[in-house]
Amino acid sequence: MASNVNAGATAPEHAEYVDKPEGPVAAAILAAGVGALALGILTTLAEASEGFKEFLTITEPVGPLSGKTIGAVIIWLVAWAVLHLMYRTKEVESRKALTVTLVLIGLGVLGTFPIFFQAFAPPE
Amino acid sequence: MSLTDREFWTLVHGMGFGALFLLGFAGGLEGLYSLRPQFLQPAGVRDRARRLQIGVVTMAVAAWGTVLTGTWIVYPWYREDIPESPRSVLLADPATEEWHHFGMEWKEHVAWISPILATTVAFIVLYYGTSLIRHDRVRKTTIVLFVLAFVFAAVAGLFGALITKAAPLV
Repeated sequence: MASNVNAGATAPEHAEYVDKPEGPVAAAILAAGVGALALGILTTLAEASEGFKEFLTITEPVGPLSGKTIGAVIIWLVAWAVLHLMYRTKEVESRKALTVTLVLIGLGVLGTFPIFFQAFAPPE
Repeated sequence: MSLTDREFWTLVHGMGFGALFLLGFAGGLEGLYSLRPQFLQPAGVRDRARRLQIGVVTMAVAAWGTVLTGTWIVYPWYREDIPESPRSVLLADPATEEWHHFGMEWKEHVAWISPILATTVAFIVLYYGTSLIRHDRVRKTTIVLFVLAFVFAAVAGLFGALITKAAPLV
């Protein structure tokens, strides 16, 4: 794996530098992608299933958006905790994590895109 | 000159938290871009890293403030099942119903990706601190996430402004 540290750079002498593993950063990045994907999946599933939409309606004034957003945030935080425990001491390249996360975010955005998720609505 | 409760919270949501996040983006991007050894002296690194930490944490808090006030305070008023609610007003006219079906439906969902990404950026900047200057790959990755957080917030902010213009919440 290529080193992440910019060895060629002139390191300012008096600043405090502590080498830390890149794993926790990769975990945070991947978890963000999982959170975005979860939001897209919950949004599309709520449109496709009336029962699931009712399940996601945690509070009536906010409607199913309450369950979609709370669900996505919980999934994001759980994924972050699990990935952090897995990668906290490891040298995982954040760039690879970013590539995976960009795909997950893309799918998540697709799932929240009205023209996409409204296509799954049951016929009236 | 006065504001109703609904106008006040709409202002807090959009012109308070939302504007703080969007306006802070330029400063945060400049901070991340210029955090390079060839640009800074040691004292400058510490000062720049400290300001960057404060900036990205403030932006993450602002992003969460925006979506929480938007979803849990303003949105219930928007979607109230009464003829005067913005949602009802938009749907009553075929010329404006797409503001709801497309604009609001996308905005209310995609906006939530922004605080998740902003929090990730804040975590990375806090985790590395001054050492971020030595991690060029991570710094560039952080910039990508930071720009995406801004893009999603900007999409939501733009639709929010246009929808409020078409059907104000009063």
